[in-house]
Amino acid sequence: MDDLLSEFLTETNENLAVLDVELVKLEQNPNDIDLLSNIFRLVHTVKGTCGFLGLPRLESVAHAGENVLGKVRDGELVVDSEAVTLILACLDRIRTIMGDLEASGTEPEGDDSVLIKSLNAFAEGGKAAAPAPAAAAPAAAPAPAAGAPAAAPAKSGATIYEQIGGMGTVDAVVEVMFMRIVGDLRVKSIFEGESIDHLQGHMREYLAKLCGGPDSNTPNPLAGRALSDTQFDAFCGHLQAALNTLEVPQQIAAMVMGMIYAGREEATGSATAAAPIVEEAPAAAAPKPAKAAAVKKDTPVDGEAKESAIANQSIRVNVELLENLMTMVSELVLTRNQVLQILRKHKDSEFAAPLQRLNHVTSELQEGVMKTRMQPIGNAWAKLPRIIRDLSHELKKKIDLIMIGQDTELDRQVLEMIKDPLTHMVRNSADHAIEIPEERRRAGKPETGKITLNAYHEGGHIIIEVNDDGKGLALDKIKAKIIQNNLASEAELENMSDQQIQQYIFKAGFSTAAKVTSVSGRGVGMDVVRTNIEKIGGTIELRSVEGKGTSFSIKIPLTLAIVSALVVECAEERFAIPQISVVELVRASPTGELKVERINDTPVLRLRNKLLPLVSLREKLKLEAKSDRSSDDTFIVVTQVGTYQFGIMVDRVFDTEEIVVKPVAPILRHIEVFSGNTILGDGSVIMILDPNGIAATSGQISMGDADAAEKQALRSRAHGDEAVPLLLFRAGQGAPKAVPLALVARLEEIDRATIEHSNDRLVVQYRGQLMPLVPLEGYPDTSLKEGRQPVLVFSDREHSMGLMVDEIVDIVEAKLNVDLTADTPGRIGSAIIAGQATDIIDTGFFLAQAFADWFGSRRADATGDAVKRVLMVDDSAFFRNLLAPQLTAAGFSVTAVDSGDKALELAEAGEEFDLIISDIEMPGMDGFAFCEAVKKSGRWQTTPMIALSSHASPKELAKGRHVGFDDYVAKYDREGLVHTLNEALSEVRGAA
Amino acid sequence: MSGMKNGADLEAGTSSSSTNSGEQRDYVTMSIGDQMFGIPVLTVQDVLGPQNIARVPLAPPEVAGSLNLRGRIVTAIDVRPRLGLATREGGKAAMSVVVEHENELYSLLVDSVGEVLSLNSRDYQRNPPTLSPRLREFSDGIYRLNGSLLVVLSVGSLLDFGNRSEVA
Repeated sequence: MDDLLSEFLTETNENLAVLDVELVKLEQNPNDIDLLSNIFRLVHTVKGTCGFLGLPRLESVAHAGENVLGKVRDGELVVDSEAVTLILACLDRIRTIMGDLEASGTEPEGDDSVLIKSLNAFAEGGKAAAPAPAAAAPAAAPAPAAGAPAAAPAKSGATIYEQIGGMGTVDAVVEVMFMRIVGDLRVKSIFEGESIDHLQGHMREYLAKLCGGPDSNTPNPLAGRALSDTQFDAFCGHLQAALNTLEVPQQIAAMVMGMIYAGREEATGSATAAAPIVEEAPAAAAPKPAKAAAVKKDTPVDGEAKESAIANQSIRVNVELLENLMTMVSELVLTRNQVLQILRKHKDSEFAAPLQRLNHVTSELQEGVMKTRMQPIGNAWAKLPRIIRDLSHELKKKIDLIMIGQDTELDRQVLEMIKDPLTHMVRNSADHAIEIPEERRRAGKPETGKITLNAYHEGGHIIIEVNDDGKGLALDKIKAKIIQNNLASEAELENMSDQQIQQYIFKAGFSTAAKVTSVSGRGVGMDVVRTNIEKIGGTIELRSVEGKGTSFSIKIPLTLAIVSALVVECAEERFAIPQISVVELVRASPTGELKVERINDTPVLRLRNKLLPLVSLREKLKLEAKSDRSSDDTFIVVTQVGTYQFGIMVDRVFDTEEIVVKPVAPILRHIEVFSGNTILGDGSVIMILDPNGIAATSGQISMGDADAAEKQALRSRAHGDEAVPLLLFRAGQGAPKAVPLALVARLEEIDRATIEHSNDRLVVQYRGQLMPLVPLEGYPDTSLKEGRQPVLVFSDREHSMGLMVDEIVDIVEAKLNVDLTADTPGRIGSAIIAGQATDIIDTGFFLAQAFADWFGSRRADATGDAVKRVLMVDDSAFFRNLLAPQLTAAGFSVTAVDSGDKALELAEAGEEFDLIISDIEMPGMDGFAFCEAVKKSGRWQTTPMIALSSHASPKELAKGRHVGFDDYVAKYDREGLVHTLNEALSEVRGAA
Repeated sequence: MSGMKNGADLEAGTSSSSTNSGEQRDYVTMSIGDQMFGIPVLTVQDVLGPQNIARVPLAPPEVAGSLNLRGRIVTAIDVRPRLGLATREGGKAAMSVVVEHENELYSLLVDSVGEVLSLNSRDYQRNPPTLSPRLREFSDGIYRLNGSLLVVLSVGSLLDFGNRSEVA
């Protein structure tokens, strides 16, 4: 039976019980308006719920009853015993139907027209017509019996046993049932080690007796067994199935089931009461079936007799009570923490052991109370299949809804908060994302779209993913909408990444649906979703690939009341940062490897080749340190908000602690950077920092373009103004020279005496090989025979080459703004480095000089047969000029273009390449988009592609692989590049 | 003054032993500087000595911080800046009167807390029109005592920061 129905039964049973009492009260005080409206409301609720659940029979009965009550309430009818009798009859009927509903899971068939007619007549006729209903009323009273076909046996005097078809049917039912049971692992175990035949016999006799057949002294075969509810349900399921198989009429089957449930009550009751004395269990169980059967004979469908089994399995507790319990437990946890803190100071306290125990009990209690508030997320999803079904009809789409992890539990408060956002998102997916079948076919996708909901636990959080394989977010439409709504200018959009643009769907008033449907597109949408999720301390991430689908990932805390938090100190004050948003902790010191640097007073941290924006908590909170700090070390809490990462600078980091979040006083609520406050184990009150708020108040970084800073950094890199380490040296006349440090394998000083001449070349024996030495042009002074010669060593696989220079000056970090000068071979151009005009050396030129002459023949061996054609796409002339010669030197034939569009033109023109290397950060079409375009175009589909970037984060790697790049190489890693090229090419060969 | 103290009237602060001589009301008295203030006794939950108050950064100046009162977080409001008075002289510890306002606990920091007085409504009068506007905003009226005046503080308006949230 599904949850909704059982919940309905529980609730309605309660309501009916209340109604019985209230109606009787009403009869005594016919003028009590409160009482009357309460009764009316209850009946109305029953009716409404029935309609919602699609139970027409119940609904019509309840509706007729409500009609009468409505008239009474409006003063058109007077409450008298006739009216009450009539309504009670109506309630009895509802109860009867519900009893069957509970047993079989479906509404029984039957005719209520007599009852409804008399109710309607009473409602219509009022006082004048009273005699008629009065006459009808007595008729109505037995009506439940007469109306329901289930009652037929009683009327004809036949027992269920006879109705069923005697022992023959019972025997067959039991046979079928046991065949099923043996195949069911859940229930098989309970009968383990007993003779199935024996059991079958018992079951048969018990069932027969239950149905009013020959009386035997057979106990309930289930009595005395420790059956879990699931096992019992499974057992009943098998019985029901067996009854169905043998085509036992539904009403009778329902009654049998009802009796089994009643027997279960008895059995479990007696089993607990008389557990040690096994003999008593059957004895206790025995009278019950007899009684049940007897009751059946008299009034076979008396609702009271069949005490609702479901209603008794759970109790309903006021949510407020649970909340209070939770609060008390929270307090207990705090006190426990406090006591434990004290205990830590007194190592050998005699309290240690009992406190340890207290600790455990408290933890368990906390867990238990939390569990009472836990509900499976499936509850929030219950409505979705229906919604999707209706939508797919309405929109003429084919949609499969796949739900994974329904049993994942989370706090009901959280559940309530995400229910609507989830529904909204799934609706959105169905409405906007999934295409109509025809469109999908054209796109080469299966006709049926897929929406997947997946929930799982991950480290104290629950992750809910909503994925679809629809058309993804249409960037063009979003852009148009952004401009239309004045959210950003075209120029600004130009500089934004796809992901940034996608984030705009979380802005208020944003809907890209072409037209407003009844489903979505009213522009109240994702912004509300985001707000709701963030309200409960959650985060939502969005990934979308146009044409492929969209994926939302929601991360929310399991519970709102108790969270794990990192306690930090700044200016001698402590603060808590929720663990959910903490990515890592970094310690920076002025002398260490990691140090805080400042750009115009804005602190930043270089962390793994990325510039991490920093927020000083001291400045943010306007804290003043009372004394100078003893240590210069800064701790940086790397925090993630959405896709935006930043570091919070603090003085010290303590432990993580489970804290109870308490809302701040209203007067402090406007302070965005706090999400609450809490009491620590030592009793002190501290504030809980809200990373969302900190990010939002940190300069221009607003939530919408959270990763703006990162993108800014990327953009500047793409334009070549990122600082790169350069090796500065002097050689010959003129300006100092520089070369990207990453290209240099080693710096050596060679004894000039060891330099030899061979084949008109300078060589030196270096690491057991001959290494060619190339002087810079205009630097032919090879006459010196003494002293040491500084050499920059460049390496290509097992071969090395040395560039002779005068003096190695320095290694500096500088931006490479190269003014290109193409006239001097061996120079890429000049740049201002360390305040001086500096020549940037084209290492490729010298490599070519050394390798083309020296290793020409071997190179072909290394790369295989024919010269491989490589297409290189990079917007930066610097890198094209730097890498192309190097690759040429390594034996590739290189074609270099400056944009993806140009590359695609080559594809159109029918050019063929063995391999494509593409930069990632390019204006206009970036590497990812280029790769996608290539993979879609068909011509170059099988050509291996390698992404080239100065900046390889795991995220980019993943994205690169996703769009179709075969490999990823860092820009300065020439050796890696050549290696990767060869590897990719050999793979192609291997595949061919 | 002692004659007005009515220890027998324990019914409650707002309770009235209504006689022709007027209503009796109980007030907790407190002083800031030389001025005596009072608030109805029933609104007071606790009277605390000097407490360990945790500062709340970025909070409005009236908010002295928060403190832990038996596991509940209480926001401490310094009455001096709230009334527009000069800050407490350094070194002098403040006493707290804990009140509940809209289900939240607040601790009102004052210089000292005195006794509970039962005052007669005959001695009560509305704010004199010449009272400073700031004080008038927070005062419910004045009691004339022997030798001194007691200003009845309105806890409601003291803690109503509604229109001030844009400050700070």
